Amino acid sequence: MTPREKWVAFVTILLREVRRFLRIWPQTLLPPAITITLYFLIFGALIGPRIGPMAGVSYIEFVAPGLIMMSIITNTYGNVVSSFYGAKFGRSVEELLVSPVPNWIILTGFVAGGVARGLAVGAIATVLSLFFARLSLSHAGIVLAMVLLTAVLFSLAGFINAVFARSFDDISIIPTFVLTPLTYLGGVFYSVELLPDFWRTLSHLNPILYMINTFRYGVLGVSDVPVGVAFALVGVFVVALYAYSLYLLRTSKGLRS
Amino acid sequence: MAEIALSIRGLRKTYDNGFEALKGIDLEVRRGDFFALLGPNGAGKSTTIGILCSLVRKTAGKVEVFGKDIDTQFSAAKKEIGVVPQEFNFNHFEKPFDILVTQAGYYGLPRALARRRAEHYLKALDLWDKRAEQSRMLSGGMKRRLMIARALVHEPKLLILDEPTAGVDIELRRSLWQFLREINARGTTIILTTHYLEEAESLCRHVAIIDRGRIVENTSVRALIQKLPQEVFILDTREPLATLPDLSPFRGRLRDDHTIEVEVDRRYSLNELFAKLSRQGVEVVSMRNRANRLEELFVMLVGNGAATAEVAA
Repeated sequence: MTPREKWVAFVTILLREVRRFLRIWPQTLLPPAITITLYFLIFGALIGPRIGPMAGVSYIEFVAPGLIMMSIITNTYGNVVSSFYGAKFGRSVEELLVSPVPNWIILTGFVAGGVARGLAVGAIATVLSLFFARLSLSHAGIVLAMVLLTAVLFSLAGFINAVFARSFDDISIIPTFVLTPLTYLGGVFYSVELLPDFWRTLSHLNPILYMINTFRYGVLGVSDVPVGVAFALVGVFVVALYAYSLYLLRTSKGLRS
Repeated sequence: MAEIALSIRGLRKTYDNGFEALKGIDLEVRRGDFFALLGPNGAGKSTTIGILCSLVRKTAGKVEVFGKDIDTQFSAAKKEIGVVPQEFNFNHFEKPFDILVTQAGYYGLPRALARRRAEHYLKALDLWDKRAEQSRMLSGGMKRRLMIARALVHEPKLLILDEPTAGVDIELRRSLWQFLREINARGTTIILTTHYLEEAESLCRHVAIIDRGRIVENTSVRALIQKLPQEVFILDTREPLATLPDLSPFRGRLRDDHTIEVEVDRRYSLNELFAKLSRQGVEVVSMRNRANRLEELFVMLVGNGAATAEVAA
């Protein structure tokens, strides 16, 4: 394929993915909006004032960046894992496999679809958060870069999950038993500086802690982790998962017999 | 330009469970041909087609499409192929128009051209009125036509159809045949597998029969039918018959008082049979084959229970 044909193929996959999550917006865009509103009501407006300030800001301002990031993580992962597994299950993935589209375009297209949903949900969550908290933007570049990297990373993770999944149960195991605990323990609702030494050290092994804190740094200017380390860590994960995803496509794991 | 549309050399496939589906297949299909690939269930037809459209990884062998190697010229070879699989494999929640435009996009067609092509092929296959409905709402025949339209939207030179008329009614089958004849006449090479051997005899110029992973016959339909040692005809008579007329040297039986079943050996002509009946005052008002000729050959060549079950489907 010529570079122009590859670009057309990429845009086609991206548009199809965007059309998919817009078509089923009550399942893709509405639930995160309701969930984050409830979080703001309970943790911000009801419980927050009793907790008092955290890391030098009001509690609702502290949790807002974490909640936005949590929405982005769960939705990018969920978009790619359900879309790609759905295409596998319904065999419509064969439309792509019989076409001349190179594997890296297929992967990049699905990842871009996940990022698009992550950005859409992130934007919805940010707008809703403004009803509850006064958010500034300390470092816009850092916010944007970490949002994009995180969305790419969890899109890739969702893709890998979808490749290995053999049933719809398999696409909910990782989000339920891995992603949710890591996100909740990743400093969304508290500063890890409050934890005893052992748990604080253990928390630093959680990659999501770095993403949430870097995003929080970009918004509030406060972080529990060094921002440079966070970018390096997420960057390495992105490269590693992208390479592994391409390997899975090249070896046709679960796609070709 | 290459005169060979498809060249397969030494094609082998052994699945992970050890099953050897293809045991070294050689096949050539010429440009512009209408080619049938026949065989009983499990013979290797779908595996062969799966390899051609890269849904199955071959174990060994070489495949070229219009001179382009599917391994080394992956992208160029795939552009030449359009595939209509046996099972519906489109997203049932998408609209036919979107399915075609998306498929065209996978082949790098700019959006404006993709939309024009989608309109053209949806109209050609009588689906234009359904373009904005969710595909799951279409009837089985419409879904089958949608897959043909999708396979054609990038205008491939080689169209591969796996059981294209399975489960569709006779009227639709005939209209699909007519459509396939027309695109073949315009230069598209067509390969099809089918359960309906009448379909192969009616449409195809060449046929290969595959059995247990090997090609057991590869010739023209006409030459293949010449191999049939005899044919069985059913004759309907105007007047009722009390007994079977003298048919020698033909063999026959009376099915009922208006119907004679006669085996006609290739050494004799039908004229001799009719002359014999005329002399005895038997007037024949209609005649038909007892079974499809290709069907009888198929059973003869493959010669097992599975094949019989297949052709009866």
